[in-house]
Amino acid sequence: MSGAAEIPAASSAGTATDRPAPAGRSEVLLDVTGLQKHFPVRSGVLLGRQVGAVKAVDGLDFEVRRGETLALVGESGCGKTTTGRLLTRLLEPTAGSVVLNGRDITHLSARRMRPLRRDIQMIFQDPYSSLNPRHTVGTIVGAPFRLQKVQTEHGVRRAVQDLLELVGLNPEHYNRYPHEFSGGQRQRIGIARTLALRPKLIVADEPVSALDVSIQAQVVNLLEDLQDELGLTYVLIAHDLSVVRHVSDRVAVMYLGKIVELGGKESVYTTPMHPYTVALMSAVPTPEPSRRQNRERIRLSGEVPSPLNPPPACRFHTRCWKAEEICRTVEPPLTALRTGHQVACHFPENPPAGFRPREPEATGTSA
Amino acid sequence: MTDDAGKQRRPSAEPAQSPGQDWLEPTDFLPASDPASADRPGGGSRRRRRGRSLLQDRPGPQAAAPSRFLEVRDLHVHFPTQDGLVRSVDGLSFALERGRTLGIVGESGSGKSVTSLAIMGLHEKTGAQISGEIWLDGEELLGLSTEEVRQRRGQKMAMIFQDPLSSLHPYFRVGDQIIEAYRIHVDASKKQARQHAIDLLGRVGIPQPAKRVDDYPHQFSGGMRQRAMIAMALSCDPSLLIADEPTTALDVTVQAEILDLIRDLQSEFGSAVIIITHDLGVVAELADTILVMYAGRGAEYGRSEDIFLQPQHPYTWGLLGSMPRLDRAGAHRLIPVPGTPPSLIRVPSGCAFHPRCRFEELNGGLSQTEVPAMTEAGPGHQVACHLPVETRRRIWETEIKPQLDGDRTEAR
Repeated sequence: MSGAAEIPAASSAGTATDRPAPAGRSEVLLDVTGLQKHFPVRSGVLLGRQVGAVKAVDGLDFEVRRGETLALVGESGCGKTTTGRLLTRLLEPTAGSVVLNGRDITHLSARRMRPLRRDIQMIFQDPYSSLNPRHTVGTIVGAPFRLQKVQTEHGVRRAVQDLLELVGLNPEHYNRYPHEFSGGQRQRIGIARTLALRPKLIVADEPVSALDVSIQAQVVNLLEDLQDELGLTYVLIAHDLSVVRHVSDRVAVMYLGKIVELGGKESVYTTPMHPYTVALMSAVPTPEPSRRQNRERIRLSGEVPSPLNPPPACRFHTRCWKAEEICRTVEPPLTALRTGHQVACHFPENPPAGFRPREPEATGTSA
Repeated sequence: MTDDAGKQRRPSAEPAQSPGQDWLEPTDFLPASDPASADRPGGGSRRRRRGRSLLQDRPGPQAAAPSRFLEVRDLHVHFPTQDGLVRSVDGLSFALERGRTLGIVGESGSGKSVTSLAIMGLHEKTGAQISGEIWLDGEELLGLSTEEVRQRRGQKMAMIFQDPLSSLHPYFRVGDQIIEAYRIHVDASKKQARQHAIDLLGRVGIPQPAKRVDDYPHQFSGGMRQRAMIAMALSCDPSLLIADEPTTALDVTVQAEILDLIRDLQSEFGSAVIIITHDLGVVAELADTILVMYAGRGAEYGRSEDIFLQPQHPYTWGLLGSMPRLDRAGAHRLIPVPGTPPSLIRVPSGCAFHPRCRFEELNGGLSQTEVPAMTEAGPGHQVACHLPVETRRRIWETEIKPQLDGDRTEAR
């Protein structure tokens, strides 16, 4: 599945507005090709001449299959949140395309996008700022029905109470305000709102990182149960590699606006190939004191370069301990080295048997 | 690029004290009024006094000379509010030696930060009602005046805060902020202080410190700001360093660097470190001993190995079960603690954890009426739970541990 090459067979699934019955699990729900978002940097008071661009997302190719959880992981500033906002079209992509359920939504206007918002919804990170403090829970969770003018069988109130029950809240709390709830409960309210219109795809941007450990586990379990029950598809944006390992099916590791590694969860976690992924995993503290003596930790030198002026070719070469001349001149393509496990690196770690690094004539590299 | 230095240093970081000193005797957890703590053998022998001692002028409610570098005895911090009395910390005792690291773990509202602020004397003007004793290096801190505490703050004890952006003043240069902290306590010329600031910035791993000393906080990245905070905290070579969620706002790779730095600095300066966090992975990396807090009280205390390998408090089991782990495949379900942390105004009667505890019935109602005391469950291992030790061991071995470990064996 080299995302760039194939346009998926999902185009037969019909437009997003008519709701086809869920088909086989491997069906592609969302297809992203060459996605870019550059934020212009302007200087000057009035005219605002563009002097540069923050290349927040710079060419992403991936697909999300129906019923799976794809996790986007990376450190702050790698563009994962921007990607989430592009997928939900809260931002307009600079280039590339986003195809949802066979329909190109890359440049739809806000008006034409609105009916599609039933299919694609978002869970936000901060349960405190994502709920309007002046609205009751009933108003908040019922808002999608009113905005989309959806008729509910037994009225909005009943539908909202069903949703509250679904996410494990007391339906009698319909008339309460957000401040009366704890952080975990607020996150459940946000999830109930997200689920109101039975979306196909949910983009969850750090859904549990603001919560306490014990509550975090409750919400993670809830998200898993809802996925099983309602056949949801998640794009999970997270920085916590432990949570990602727990909930995702496939993982995309991002660095400076690009995907450096993409593959099945087990493959990525047990045999990470990109040096950045290896470093990232080695940095996660293990809750086992006996292991701290004998663990190998890779320290990355320096800081993440600025996305205003990212390094040429392989963006990781400034911090990579394996970097050679070719990494500064030739950008490594995202290629599948194992089945369903792609990596963008000239000298991958844990390479599969028979892997040979590319050796262009100009540079005399040796592995 | 691997952390060879850190690995080699670990064994040497073990103190040359007698092994029995590594952790607390159970008497340390009894309330201060207990006579056993007054006539503890050897009490006071380790006491050191620097400068004038206020011990004679102002004896605490119980002037038992502490044998440890830091001892907190039966600390209560209550905040009167319109809604009622918030019992943020309600009878907490622990102790810490020089060169050792204590990890305090708990959820938000468990009182971990309030405890650290009480040690630092930062509850002035917050209306807090503090009682109990805090002994640092032979001095009782709660009896000191504001000015006296201020002198000790920064010099003997220093703190690293969670959010380095809001803890550094945006209007002043980073170097000037470190220089200010240094010159308050040390009689140094501006030039000397500046050189000291540059040395410190270099020591905490900021590149080109002579240049960066004149930068403003916004010119630093998150990790560098946290390093600058650490440099400031270390400027007077404090013997107690409190790090309150020092890495929560940081990325994992930066977090790993900061944790390494704290560990290196501790072995270099030999200070006592308290690390407060909700992340069990972070304490496992750093702490020698761990205190698990729940609703303002200690739930379990012991060596790191005990807490992770033989935990005995149901809340600790809950924390371990709630935590997704990188080194385990994700096939299993997390085992969350049901319910939510309690209100500190209406703390549940008896054991504060009983409404969320799965094993509460096994006690015949004792959990609902009586507050469990910290009792010994093994050498240097204390648990505040009504369940008999054997029952806890059995539940852990037969029920909880297999649940936590099951998927790991599958994964390998």
